[in-house]
Amino acid sequence: MTIRAMLGPQRDTPSLAPLLERIGLAGPACAVTAGWQEREGELQDLDQHMPGKTIDLELYRRAEDVFARDPVFHEAYRERQQRLREMQRLYRRRLDHTMAAVRELELETGSADLVQNERRAAMRALRTLDRQHLRRIRGLLDSFNARLDPVNHGIIAEHRREIAGQLGGCPILLIAGGHVEILLNRLRLFGVAELLEEQAIIAWSAGAMAIADQVVLFHDDPAQGSGIAEVADAGLGLVHGVVPLPHASHRLRLGDERRVALFSRRFLPARCLTLDPGASLVWRDGQMISVNSVFNMTRRGRLRPVTPV
Amino acid sequence: MNRDLRELLEDGTPTAEAIDNFIAERAFPLADARGVTFIYRGEAETVLLRHWVYGLPSSQALERVPDTDLWYRFIELPPRSRIEYKFDVVSDEQNHWITDPLNPLTAEDPFGRNSVCRAFGYERPVWTLPETGSRPGVIEALNLHSRHLEGPREVLCYLPARFRRSRRYPLLVVHDGADFLRFADLRAVLDNLIERLEIPPMIVAMTQAGDRLQEYAGDARHAGFIAEELLPTLQRKLPLEDNPSRRALMGASFGAVASLATAWLYPGVFDRLLLLSGSFAFSDIGPHRRGPAFDPVVEFMNRFRMRPGRPARRVYLACGIYESLIYENRSIVPLLQDNDIQVRFHEVRDGHNWENWRDRLRDGLSWLFPGPLWMIYE
Repeated sequence: MTIRAMLGPQRDTPSLAPLLERIGLAGPACAVTAGWQEREGELQDLDQHMPGKTIDLELYRRAEDVFARDPVFHEAYRERQQRLREMQRLYRRRLDHTMAAVRELELETGSADLVQNERRAAMRALRTLDRQHLRRIRGLLDSFNARLDPVNHGIIAEHRREIAGQLGGCPILLIAGGHVEILLNRLRLFGVAELLEEQAIIAWSAGAMAIADQVVLFHDDPAQGSGIAEVADAGLGLVHGVVPLPHASHRLRLGDERRVALFSRRFLPARCLTLDPGASLVWRDGQMISVNSVFNMTRRGRLRPVTPV
Repeated sequence: MNRDLRELLEDGTPTAEAIDNFIAERAFPLADARGVTFIYRGEAETVLLRHWVYGLPSSQALERVPDTDLWYRFIELPPRSRIEYKFDVVSDEQNHWITDPLNPLTAEDPFGRNSVCRAFGYERPVWTLPETGSRPGVIEALNLHSRHLEGPREVLCYLPARFRRSRRYPLLVVHDGADFLRFADLRAVLDNLIERLEIPPMIVAMTQAGDRLQEYAGDARHAGFIAEELLPTLQRKLPLEDNPSRRALMGASFGAVASLATAWLYPGVFDRLLLLSGSFAFSDIGPHRRGPAFDPVVEFMNRFRMRPGRPARRVYLACGIYESLIYENRSIVPLLQDNDIQVRFHEVRDGHNWENWRDRLRDGLSWLFPGPLWMIYE
């Protein structure tokens, strides 16, 4: 039996303990807090909500150790990251124009049938661009892994054995939020997903984004920039078919039906799900069994409460 | 005239009770899409609206509604404007400058307190408000002796929430820092923008001048203090990023001149500038007309304009269009751009005051130091 859960942000409305109680899980737990970067392992807040002991897997510290002790690997890793950044920059260049076409055609008032054709084509172009970008990211990651086989690489393998030992004694793996790329890269570097056996995975905010199929970055009103959501990475794929959106009420104009509809259609067939404070979603063996305060962004631009199947 | 006021007056002289009700039910001054109607109630010989909107007469008489103690004055003010004002109430041939008794909104500056007029559509940005639940940074005093300025100096250092010595931070040096804290809510702004991930956690060193009209007027001794004394001290004591693009100077009015002058005299040390309503007075030919306090500023600006070089790589400028300095600020933009400096210039419907400068901080700081908003989901 596998349990996977996604939660909303935990800082102001912690929902971890009630969730564990509801689904009958008890510690000890392992935790990944690499997204907190230099604050990794500061589990005081988490400990208040966890019934048993929590062991931080220290993926951030371990990665720093790998980089410091293996400069050759570090250089290869840096090159990969540089290439990913460059790919992201180029993708954004195309994305700006592709999205502009979609938005302009939405406002177009010509012959209904002709306009509709163009709108569909513009949306297809946007979806194609996203998929193509995601494919290229996966290709680059696969080629890096094939070339360097990081999980079996000297120092990484040492750390990985320790991580496997720690995970072996824990029925629960908690994945906290924070910097989504740093978190995801550390999880990938040590092949944590491949070490899992029967552990229940409970992830929140960026943690939830990391365990989905793809990572979509979003904010409708950033202080700088255009605010166009972008595909940024392939996720670990431990939960399929959803795009988790932490802090959705804060980051997205959920009352703007046009924007919500566009967001939703862009990522179909995946469901774009809000993960605000207090929200939770639980799957058992791939079947959604429990939902609390999660909304699906519909094709028509509405928010529909998600219910277990 | 505002429509509500016109309705009050259209049936002739309103009774005292009608005026009481009119006042009790509304916020003042009365703002609509066309402009603002200022209202004063009380006995006086004359009531004048005093404001600092460049381009309008700075003193405008309110009109008295006959046989009442109600006074009013309408001025056109575009939507989203914000201005500061006072009433000059003349009675017994004495002038009394007072804040608007019907308007609870006031703003402070080192010279006192003014009433604040928010035109139709202006709203105080939520990220300027204290007590929003953001994790608070701390402020520590740092004392050092300045050889350049020949005396002790106290600098206030803002350390962001969750400050770590193991991490390295960008640095922002703020001229008139204590005034920014007091009059522009700088601490709340930093706490909020960092919490919202719109700027990265940063260390902010807030300086205060002895004689700012001298020290901030393009004075090489002040620049020496900042670049040769303050910066190395901060680098020794605090975990700062070692990169000019992660260091900024900020200032308003004369403080903007001091920031520009420091960057110009020490190119490559501070690669980011945030310049608000800079007092960038200059003369192309003949004497300037801004008074003796500006003599050293004009001398510096003329030298700078002659040979601007590249004092920084990225400069954010903002200025109110109700300030006389808008001309000088507009003038400096092409000069900087011609020298391959990335410039963002923002003209706003506001005046030469601290709340204007406060409202610009999100745009300026997040452009100079973009935060991790896009990547962090806590």
